[in-house]
Amino acid sequence: MTQAAKPAARPLSPHLQVYRLPLAAWLSITHRITGIGLTIGTLLLTYWVTSAAYGPDAYYDFTAFMGSPIGYFLLFGFSVAMFYHLCNGIRHLFWDVGLNYEIAETKRANVIVLLGTLILTAAAWLLALA
Amino acid sequence: MFASHNLRTPLGRARGLGSAKEGLHHWWVQRLTSLALIPLTVWFVASVVGLAGSGYQEFAVWLSNPCNAAIMVLFFGVSLHHAQSGMQVVLEDYVSHHGWRIASIIVVKFICYGLAALGIVSTLIVTFGG
Repeated sequence: MTQAAKPAARPLSPHLQVYRLPLAAWLSITHRITGIGLTIGTLLLTYWVTSAAYGPDAYYDFTAFMGSPIGYFLLFGFSVAMFYHLCNGIRHLFWDVGLNYEIAETKRANVIVLLGTLILTAAAWLLALA
Repeated sequence: MFASHNLRTPLGRARGLGSAKEGLHHWWVQRLTSLALIPLTVWFVASVVGLAGSGYQEFAVWLSNPCNAAIMVLFFGVSLHHAQSGMQVVLEDYVSHHGWRIASIIVVKFICYGLAALGIVSTLIVTFGG
């Protein structure tokens, strides 16, 4: 039995902690994060309709909560997450039917998803507060 | 060694369970619910924007419209079905301990279907003027 040689100091494969993620990868993980956020956000959705089922007093409590700074913050976060998940989800459906796999197309879709989220969020809030 | 012209692994052969013939089912349900959620989300945003700043009475009148009630029921059912299937994939990917993985998936599914039931029943109570 001979002593095993120390392993050579070979370069390691790129690891998540040292690999600079391309924009598409950030958008991909954001899709999951917004999905988790929206799942938690369904509590708010259920609270809305259920409070109305409990009657006018409970519904008033709900609208008072949504009118508070915390309520606005939650609703704003919910709206951004929803528009992002909607836009990026549509891009995923394009991928599912085999479209937009070229790098140039992916980069273009990155911009469309981000701009779409921005425009839809701004439009919804402007119309709601108008 | 793969002696025969068989693509199944030796372990798969030993277990003898065969194909469950539903390998694509989860993937397909995720896509089907995403597709349905595109128009449902557009309807939801338009409705919330239209109802912004309104009180109990306006909300109750709005939800007693049969079309709004039907779409709200669909929105609760489809969005929470989509949420539980997406959360299942996230938990399968990130919870490494087998027991915790199964337990967390079960808990999240129960909560999602509980919220869907609560939302749908509440919708119907408001619709029928509870």
